[in-house]
Amino acid sequence: MLNILWPIFIIISIIYAFFSGNIENINDAIFSSTEDAVNLTITLLGMTCLWSGIVEIASNTVIIKYLSMLLNPIVKFLFPKVKKGGKAYDNIIMNIIANILGLGNAATPLGLQAMTELQKENKEKSKLSNEMMMLIVLNTASLQIIPTTVIAIRTSLGSSEPTKIIFPVWISTFCAGFVAIFMTKLIIKIEENKK
Amino acid sequence: MKIINYISIIAMPLVILIIVSRGLKERISVFDVFLKGARDGIEITIKIFPTLVGLFVAIGLLRSSGILDFITKLISPILIMFQFPGEIVPLALLRPISGSASMAVATDIMAQNGVDSFVGVVASVIMGATETTLYTIAVYSSSVRIKNTRKILIASLMADLTGVIVSIVICKLIFFA
Repeated sequence: MLNILWPIFIIISIIYAFFSGNIENINDAIFSSTEDAVNLTITLLGMTCLWSGIVEIASNTVIIKYLSMLLNPIVKFLFPKVKKGGKAYDNIIMNIIANILGLGNAATPLGLQAMTELQKENKEKSKLSNEMMMLIVLNTASLQIIPTTVIAIRTSLGSSEPTKIIFPVWISTFCAGFVAIFMTKLIIKIEENKK
Repeated sequence: MKIINYISIIAMPLVILIIVSRGLKERISVFDVFLKGARDGIEITIKIFPTLVGLFVAIGLLRSSGILDFITKLISPILIMFQFPGEIVPLALLRPISGSASMAVATDIMAQNGVDSFVGVVASVIMGATETTLYTIAVYSSSVRIKNTRKILIASLMADLTGVIVSIVICKLIFFA
């Protein structure tokens, strides 16, 4: 995917900038974007270590068992092949919980940890497994109950009702999530039928 | 409003508190177990660093070249024919590619048109209901060094499009009918 998108982004941007006289901005963007990448990596490094450690504790306690009981029907439907009680299962559950609670900083590290575990059971190592596809799609669906960042921005801009967007957000998220899951299941079905 | 703020501030500390104290109660050597997990975090982060650099540079170029404004101008008339609010077009285009850029655009829409105006509310709902799809796919698949992402981009982009359309329709129905 990125083998096609990445060069397209770069080539059309630079050529367009040449013709529109934006080449100076482009030059600045090269420096600032690599710096942004470093800053984000440093933030992620700390967060990933912290949450990988915290989940390791959680999966040794009964907490993970309660959460598994609670989420098992959903996880079973979305990830039929992931074994209950395994490391991948625990990380998927914690990833979902972090997403729902709006802990974006924790959700990504936990999701990546789950990917690492899923890769161990993946038969074709260079291709996403069905479970990996579902996990990624779930994480592109923005499951959080309270969209805190947007509410904060609305408050700072002097909205009379900063929180009135919550209900419409739920409906949009639900519809988008439904489409995401449905499409993923469809892609898996189509590819399996081809074999 | 204050309550929601408070909840979002205490969520993370509370989760840590519950897990650590439960670990203590079950007589687990919590710090040793923590370290065991935390060590895995280093490797994961290092694996995604090259992806982040590549992605950020490409998106930085895209944003600073001005080509996005050009594309927006090109396709706006078509979308407006379908009752799509013109102000929302750049946001819908940027949302799957860049989280920070789309947040900036959304904030600008709210500031220019009023937070509680129709487009202001729609922009808020879109930001709350969608994620930075391309970034998520790239980071997740590169963390396990996978290049073949099957057709996941199509599934995610269709979900994003659904999110945008539903946001517009639902805001019209609830607040501006």
